[in-house]
Amino acid sequence: MNTDKEKLLQLKGVSVQYGGVHALDTVSVSLDEGEVVALMGPNGAGKSTILKAIFGLAPLHTGRVLWYERPFTPVPHEVVRNGIAFVPQGRRVFTTLSVEENLEIGGYGIRDEKELKKRIESVMDMFPALKQKRKTLSGTLSGGQQQMLAIARGLMIDPKVLLLDEPSLGLAPKVVKEVFKKIAEINKNRKTAIMIVEHNIQSLLSVAHRGYVLDKGRIVAEDEAEKLTSSGILERVFTGRL
Amino acid sequence: MEYLLHLAILFSIYAILGLSLNLIVGYTGLLSVTHAAFYGIGAYATALLLIKTDIGFLMSGLIGIILAAIIAFLIGMVLSKFDGDYYALGSMGFCIIAFSVFLNWQDLTRGPLGLPGIPKPEIFGIEFSTSALFVILAAVILIAIYFACRCIANSSFGRVLKTIREDEQAIQVFGYSTLYFKLTVFVISAMMAAVAGSLFAAYITYIDPSTFTILESVFVLAIVILGGLANLRGSLLGALLLIMLPEILRFVGFPGEIAGQMRELTYGAMLIALMLWRPQGLIGEYKL
Repeated sequence: MNTDKEKLLQLKGVSVQYGGVHALDTVSVSLDEGEVVALMGPNGAGKSTILKAIFGLAPLHTGRVLWYERPFTPVPHEVVRNGIAFVPQGRRVFTTLSVEENLEIGGYGIRDEKELKKRIESVMDMFPALKQKRKTLSGTLSGGQQQMLAIARGLMIDPKVLLLDEPSLGLAPKVVKEVFKKIAEINKNRKTAIMIVEHNIQSLLSVAHRGYVLDKGRIVAEDEAEKLTSSGILERVFTGRL
Repeated sequence: MEYLLHLAILFSIYAILGLSLNLIVGYTGLLSVTHAAFYGIGAYATALLLIKTDIGFLMSGLIGIILAAIIAFLIGMVLSKFDGDYYALGSMGFCIIAFSVFLNWQDLTRGPLGLPGIPKPEIFGIEFSTSALFVILAAVILIAIYFACRCIANSSFGRVLKTIREDEQAIQVFGYSTLYFKLTVFVISAMMAAVAGSLFAAYITYIDPSTFTILESVFVLAIVILGGLANLRGSLLGALLLIMLPEILRFVGFPGEIAGQMRELTYGAMLIALMLWRPQGLIGEYKL
């Protein structure tokens, strides 16, 4: 997947600091069209910070973010306009709004009312459980349904890139399986490139083409998903024996 | 009867203030105590123009509203960068500054002496000189403001306000500029407060800075919280209760020499009890 052709999204030499502490230290990652890339590592490794840096939610100390090889200033509305959607950690659905209203919020920028309705129907077709609960307040949904809603909301702009931060957090194993099945479907059917941060390595590597392993704000390994699994690097990083 | 009409007019004025503040505090989740300032700007602008010019009540009120909008835009640019406690503190600072201007710009406002002799409003040849006529004017404006607030609350704009209240960072992820939404609702709310100020000045016919202190902002905030955050009918209920409650206590029969103090004490105790019993207000959808 990682060829010399034009990259879709890149971070080059990105550093992020929080009060003098390096959350990311000259990190470079890339994502090609139609690719699923995994970001792995222990707590505090800087995985989520990469997604936030792309979205302009973490200020860059050094480095650049490139979209089709061209640098852009990562501010949320610009990032969304480029076709990048972010599903943040903890789902963060708007609990006082209905499922349908949450999806409408996700479709910001779609001026045509008919097109907005069409998109809502399109994402609901992907998530039939949401279709049945379209008028239900999202605060009353189960954790799994809320996660599906969060992903569906991200798909409302028909993104080229979907950034997912811990999609399995707090979900039962059966639901996690379902969530990852949907992620694989989105990548296959919509050709959406996906970058995922996830602790559930087994589920993650089942859908990822490529992965980066991070430790203390630096990238310590980068390879195809299968090779990363067999290399033993993950065990070493997670047990602190690196 | 005159007394009841007086209470109805006061209720209308405070209901307008409550409804408009609910857009900021209840729907957007921003704890603002600036309202007395915009109430005062509307009142002073209308009073000065009615006294010094002959442009009439409608035009004076309109200028007051525009002035409030401009000032709200400038102040809102600063306040919208904050949230939580910092927003409240910033808004308090502005309210104090506005009060100081009303008090100290003596050439314009006459300072603590206030502005007496404000003419009663005259619209399309009808002079609203009696309480019975004025109550109609106040009620019509209140109804218009209520429906305007309802339109805002039920629109997609209102939905975004609720999401800002719930999770401001999460809404930014979809490309929304929360600064724009916070600023817009702040300006709209300030304009509505200025309408209440215009009505107040034209009704009472005398204003001075003591009406527009931070305590007045707190009183309007109490209307919003007591009635119910993010519920427009709650603001009407809150205004009704807080205007009527002290009046009802007049008839409880406290001994004459301590009646005033007892009324204040009972009034305060009832508010505390209500907050303990229903912190989200009587018919609120959300609590601070």
